[in-house]
Amino acid sequence: MRAVLTIAHLTLAEARRRRILAAALLLGAAFVALFATGLHFIARDIRAHGTPGQQGLMLSFVVMAALYVANFLIVMTSVLVTVDTLAGEIESGVIETLCTKPVSRWAVATGKWLGCWLILALYALVLCGGVLLVARLVGAYTPPNAARGMALILLEGTVLLTLALAGGTRLATLANGITVFGLYGLAFVGGWMEQIGTVAGNATARYLGIGASLLVPSESLWQLASYHMQPPLVRDMGMGPFSPQSVPSPAMVAWAAGYIVVVLATALRLFHTRDL
Amino acid sequence: MAEPALEARALRKDFGPKVAVRDLTLSVPKGEVFGFLGPNGAGKTTSMKMLLGLVRPTAGGGRLLGEPIGQTRVRARVGYLPEHFAFHEWLQGRELLGFHGRLLGLRGRALGAQVDALLRRVELVDAAHRCVREYSKGMKQRLGLAQALLGAPEIVFLDEPTSGLDPLGRLLVRDVIRDLAARGTTVFLNSHLLSEVEVTCDRVAFVKDGRVVREMTLGEAEKDLEVALRLERTSPSILGGLARFGRDVREDGGFVRLRMDDEARLPELSRWLAGEGVGLYHLAARRRSLEEVFLEVVG
Repeated sequence: MRAVLTIAHLTLAEARRRRILAAALLLGAAFVALFATGLHFIARDIRAHGTPGQQGLMLSFVVMAALYVANFLIVMTSVLVTVDTLAGEIESGVIETLCTKPVSRWAVATGKWLGCWLILALYALVLCGGVLLVARLVGAYTPPNAARGMALILLEGTVLLTLALAGGTRLATLANGITVFGLYGLAFVGGWMEQIGTVAGNATARYLGIGASLLVPSESLWQLASYHMQPPLVRDMGMGPFSPQSVPSPAMVAWAAGYIVVVLATALRLFHTRDL
Repeated sequence: MAEPALEARALRKDFGPKVAVRDLTLSVPKGEVFGFLGPNGAGKTTSMKMLLGLVRPTAGGGRLLGEPIGQTRVRARVGYLPEHFAFHEWLQGRELLGFHGRLLGLRGRALGAQVDALLRRVELVDAAHRCVREYSKGMKQRLGLAQALLGAPEIVFLDEPTSGLDPLGRLLVRDVIRDLAARGTTVFLNSHLLSEVEVTCDRVAFVKDGRVVREMTLGEAEKDLEVALRLERTSPSILGGLARFGRDVREDGGFVRLRMDDEARLPELSRWLAGEGVGLYHLAARRRSLEEVFLEVVG
């Protein structure tokens, strides 16, 4: 366990020293600041002209739009932070001196996963926490189930982070990045196919979408997060672009958690058995 | 008989259809400085990586410090300097040694003291707080050597430790190897610089096409004399008579050459020629360099 923490600490130190953390957090803060400024003016207009019902709907839409972008940035960051952590060190040979120390390879890979996850969690906290805090302070609005929604977004990032680590055990950095973003693309398109298939009553499109979600459960976690973080009226009526027509089953959370465990275990196995 | 520090039995590694190591069988006693020599592509680095558990053998096995190769815990007693040495270049030299020391289980003052001592040993005290990316190639190599010596290992694998080093750096590596030998540490050295091997190693193995083709002690090499004679005349009977004193007797450009194992027989040889009535105009004997042996074995 000590070795896992040592490697995780090194991964965090690398992100700090190579200004990855600073870039992510500064631009994350800039994103939140821009959202705060925009929301300030939008909320002022809404309060001046709208009814309380309209105000709630409008604030929910704006906050969900910000969370949608935050979710996208978290997805990108989860892959970009992890894509090179093993693949790069294998390519450069840095990993050789690590793996000839009395540290098992699973500890090396787990430590890297943990380090990347901590960066992701911090980034998600800054982005989602910032958006929610701004919504509360500037718009006097808090989406329902905010903590659950944030946890689902973090889970989505964790799915992609774990896939990027697994890919890095066998693929070069660039190939790994292309593969993981490609898988994310499949899940994204699958999610939309499921929604459109539901609206159009096309079972084939819907089942294809569900299949894609089972293959990579990232988009369905966002759909679930957006479902929980909207007012009941909006989500149940299917009003607005963030209201899923086909709400993913709560079992998808268990599927995603199991998926992470299986992919991580596979990554450890692949790393353990490969030649360095 | 004491257990060897390192033992390999018929280790083989295939990368698809390519055979990188065909049959690595060797034994290195504890405390020996062992040279592992061969041309490029002979399978030296892959062999070393199999012994260290970085590459999984296709067949065969071996033991490292009494444990089957590939075991994690034995690595606390093993040091390794890879050939293409790469590090986390964003770390400072001292931080890097500290990190590797922590992976070895070292902590606190013991770690600090060891890092300081090693930085002094490889003459990097002044650069200890600079990022590794600012180091020259030679400095990185010396830092890598320090990293390999962390934890006072019982066996150290050095893959081309002098590549990128100037003569002073090479001298430093030579001194470090001698210090290790004096402490009873086993050294497994892979180097193309045969002159370095000649002055540091007790024994060498030559590898060709993925198998050990010859092992010899450096003492054996020192005994191997190349003798050149210029004679008044030669004949098959003279050449046959010379064969009693050595081997590989041959005529070559006006000289008769042969190889002898015992310098003390040279006076006897000259007396025999005089007895046969053959005038001896020139007699020269010199030891064969490791380079000549290398060329003969793997050339």
